[in-house]
Amino acid sequence: MTAISQTKVQERQAAAARRFNFGSAITWFFIGLLIFITIFPFYWVVRTALNDPTALFTHASELLPYNPTTINFERVLGLVDPAPLIAAGATNISPGTINFWVFLRNSFMFAGVITIGQTLFSSMAAYAFARFKFPFRDVIFFIYLTGLMIPGIVLFIPNYVFIRQIGWIGTFQGMVAPFILMTPFAVFFMRQFFLSLNKDLEEAALLDGSTHFGVFWRISLPLMRGPLMTLALLTFIGSWNEYLWPFLVGRDENLRVLTVALNIFKSQTPQGMPDWTGLMAGTVISIVPTIILFVFFGRRVVDSIQFSGFK
Amino acid sequence: MAVTSVSSRSEAPPPPGFFSRLGNNQALLGILFILPSLIGFTVFFAAPAVRSVFISFQEWNLLTDAEYVGLENYQNILELSFNPLESAAQDSDDVLPDDFDELARVQVGGGGFVIGARDPRFYRSLGVTITYVLFNIPLQTVLALGIAILMEKAANSPLLRGIMILPWLMPNVIVAMLFIWLLDPTLGVINIFLQQTGVGQQGFFGSPDQAIASVAGVNIWRHMGYTAILIFAGLKTIPKSLYEASRVDGANGLVQFLRITLPLLRPVLVFVLVTSVIGSFQIFDTIAVATEGGPAGATRTIIYYIYEQVFERRINMGVATAASVVLFLILVSVTLIQIRTFQGNTSELADYS
Repeated sequence: MTAISQTKVQERQAAAARRFNFGSAITWFFIGLLIFITIFPFYWVVRTALNDPTALFTHASELLPYNPTTINFERVLGLVDPAPLIAAGATNISPGTINFWVFLRNSFMFAGVITIGQTLFSSMAAYAFARFKFPFRDVIFFIYLTGLMIPGIVLFIPNYVFIRQIGWIGTFQGMVAPFILMTPFAVFFMRQFFLSLNKDLEEAALLDGSTHFGVFWRISLPLMRGPLMTLALLTFIGSWNEYLWPFLVGRDENLRVLTVALNIFKSQTPQGMPDWTGLMAGTVISIVPTIILFVFFGRRVVDSIQFSGFK
Repeated sequence: MAVTSVSSRSEAPPPPGFFSRLGNNQALLGILFILPSLIGFTVFFAAPAVRSVFISFQEWNLLTDAEYVGLENYQNILELSFNPLESAAQDSDDVLPDDFDELARVQVGGGGFVIGARDPRFYRSLGVTITYVLFNIPLQTVLALGIAILMEKAANSPLLRGIMILPWLMPNVIVAMLFIWLLDPTLGVINIFLQQTGVGQQGFFGSPDQAIASVAGVNIWRHMGYTAILIFAGLKTIPKSLYEASRVDGANGLVQFLRITLPLLRPVLVFVLVTSVIGSFQIFDTIAVATEGGPAGATRTIIYYIYEQVFERRINMGVATAASVVLFLILVSVTLIQIRTFQGNTSELADYS
């Protein structure tokens, strides 16, 4: 009995192995296709940004950039004067000086300040919710959680009105104010990790005469390095990607962030269409910081997404 | 010298600062620790949520004083009027009450009726949004499920997961930029390819029939990897022993998928559906960059409608907030329906553990 069933199992496994070869070819085809679909748009942006701006109309679809040049990057970074290029036949490029350095700096300031503030203040709150007993603690935490469910636009309009009424439109503090003190997600995220942290070390430090804030700052936070990094990363990327709020509050050119600058640049159409090579160079500049973060911390982001699936 | 200063610092008791004087008063410490977040929550979450409801009962253009108008804003966007037609030739305007514009006209034989609304754009934007969600969510979820299974069975590689997450890390504005260029009618590589292969040039964002589907396609591209990773995490929680046991019982791959994978994945799938539907209803950035609500209102989703009320047309804060409150109620209902339908709060996995 057992011998027969064993051979049957073996036969089945052999058949499965034969099928697998055919199956794995299909599998690898799909994986290849997925990677291609994901990567190709990025490649095409880089390819366009490197294309000779005088020859985009005649060479729009070749796989490699025609007459590769860095001139598009130089002109969106304000390093070259576009006038000679226009004279040389690049009629469809932006005639003004554009300086993406400023927008890059603004995006870094905007995302950086929000990240530091939000991560710190949300962690403090999360620590209090996880460790201290104080009146209305659970009620306040529950109300925070309901904040997760309100659609952005419901808050957006009154926030805009409020920032307008206190005269913060067109200021940096107006741009960062709604994000810098907390988000319900950040508090929730950090609280989960503080709850799972062993209290022994903290209690020992308290016995040694450390203050509660000292314990938080020198023991609990350093132990939370991993989750803190993840939260900071997600906050940074989220703020970096923000569009409507900085568009409405930071219209001024000195405050303009990359997403807003790109859309404004897109709407300037020298010859009835956007300055494509310049626009794509600007797009590459906006993508690079995210790619760098991704190369160093991509794994962390993927893990955090897997975490959020279980909350 | 440096060494002594370091060691003396570590041995010295902490200076009796502000925090040490608080001692072990947990109530005070707790309040102090949550204070920044409490201010942030009160000013930028709680207050605006309440204020949205207040403004929705007002007529207000930001420049003059607000005026209480009761339910008028809700009436303006929601009230419908049904008007029978006496003949098929009759003009819609003849049967509609004043202040009402045609939303839809239904002809039955010689007669029929006309449905009017005070601002038909609201219901149209609702229709556009629902169309968008229906284009976006089913395809995105099925693709993500397929990719997740592929990742789990054949390509369990962090590198692949990393690549697949890349689009989701990009701003919507950037993603829109990538695709307005790829899909450009004359210079876009996809259109050039379609022309060369004989399919012919497509309008995509510029075509009233294709615009909303194109926006949905772009968002599927951005979100399918992210969604796949969420589902992948769920797949990993299913015990391998279940598959082995069912294989011994002679179950094939399809049966295993229907009887084991799908039921055990249900909580994760519900989480994915609920969050992606909520996100999908709030589509804005892509539209602001790629189509600006056009062509001819074909991509004017609810959020874009609200945006126009505040920033593009005659400033109408009341209507804008009323529409956002209606959107909130729609989202709550849709979420509750989904959770009820799929019973997302229970898991068969509990039976096995």
